[in-house]
Amino acid sequence: MSAKPHIDAMTPVPFTVTKRTQELADTFTLELTPAAAGGAPAFLPGQFNMLYAFGVGEVPISVSGDPAYPEKLIHTIRDVGAVTNALSKLKKGAQVGVRGPFGSAWPVNEAQGSDVVIIAGGIGLAPLRPAINHILANRTKYGRFVVLYGARSPADVLYVKQLQSWRGRLDTFVDVTVDHAGRDWAGNVGVVTRLIGRANFDAHHTKVFICGPEIMMRFTIKELTGLGVAKDDIYVSMERNMKCAVGHCGHCQFGGHFICKDGPVFEYARIENLLQVRGL
Amino acid sequence: MVKVEGLDKLMAEHPFFQGMDETSRKTLAGCARNERFGAGDYVAHEGKPAERFYFIRSGTVALEFHMPSNDGLVIETLHDGEVFGWSWMVPPYEWAYDIRAVELTRVISLEATCLRKKLKKDNALGFELYSRFVPVMAKRLSSARQQLTDMYGKS
Repeated sequence: MSAKPHIDAMTPVPFTVTKRTQELADTFTLELTPAAAGGAPAFLPGQFNMLYAFGVGEVPISVSGDPAYPEKLIHTIRDVGAVTNALSKLKKGAQVGVRGPFGSAWPVNEAQGSDVVIIAGGIGLAPLRPAINHILANRTKYGRFVVLYGARSPADVLYVKQLQSWRGRLDTFVDVTVDHAGRDWAGNVGVVTRLIGRANFDAHHTKVFICGPEIMMRFTIKELTGLGVAKDDIYVSMERNMKCAVGHCGHCQFGGHFICKDGPVFEYARIENLLQVRGL
Repeated sequence: MVKVEGLDKLMAEHPFFQGMDETSRKTLAGCARNERFGAGDYVAHEGKPAERFYFIRSGTVALEFHMPSNDGLVIETLHDGEVFGWSWMVPPYEWAYDIRAVELTRVISLEATCLRKKLKKDNALGFELYSRFVPVMAKRLSSARQQLTDMYGKS
């Protein structure tokens, strides 16, 4: 499977919006197909594309679709700035420029034979969904499979139907928590780190994939290492201001790394010291 | 439903009491009661005297703030093996939240007045108990601080 950008890495390719789904109040999903003949490029779980809202600008967005079906290029996007706001207004039939896929991937093949724990916070579930899809499609190759997800409130839980579907499988442990809720919520309330101790995985034979706000990842890693998970078994997806996506412009430099080229997925042991540098 | 037999054995199975010597545990068991709460039952109400504290054997309880504008805001849920109700340790010994059973919940509870009397006589037991409570409180405080960061951002 190729995971390299098709055509020229710096030239956006026109794609057509074939479906738009409003996921949450400020979060939506675009399904894209190439405007010209030929399929969408294959991607690896964890990689991202640069999406170009014509006349407004480009943003890096993780691919959140199923890697087994790359012909549907799917991105879940939070409307937080000028470009994502322009993308949010696109309707079926509109065009978007796409460059990619770029960056490193979740080590789904290296994780075979181990327990796998996925820990996501907020919209961080989107970059992890391709890894979840891949593991579920190859379920017998992995040990215990755990998905832990934290959101702000019940109204902010992303991919509710898929979480229910994953939880309904007899071979996957899914637990969800929110920071606060009304009395009509019968699920967990509390931070996502509190789910870890109840997930019952083998800390010494586990690969952990984490994506969410950096502060959430820090607390999560502290909890995991306290349980005995090795630092080189923990992988995180980092976020910085990516512009060129090919390691030329330097906007996303993170110590000696470029997030766009060397990341966004990093083995925690490689960047542990950088995460402790203030202002980096 | 209240049962008073075999409480020491039930307490020994709860994570909070793991490693505690049998004599200390049996002393505490003299203040203990085995209880169950059905889904929706209130264990405690904010502002009422905190006469007992609780060790969850199985089930889930929600810590709630009563809100004028709605039914209540759930700020945390606690599950099997966890502890709640340390208002018994802090004057004026009143509950700080409402506590509601989310599902059928089985607990061991300790009666606060009985316990305070025993701890005044037995400082070593007091130290043992407080040494076990402090890490629980520290973890809860850390969780509360994480929630304060509103880490998932505005939606």
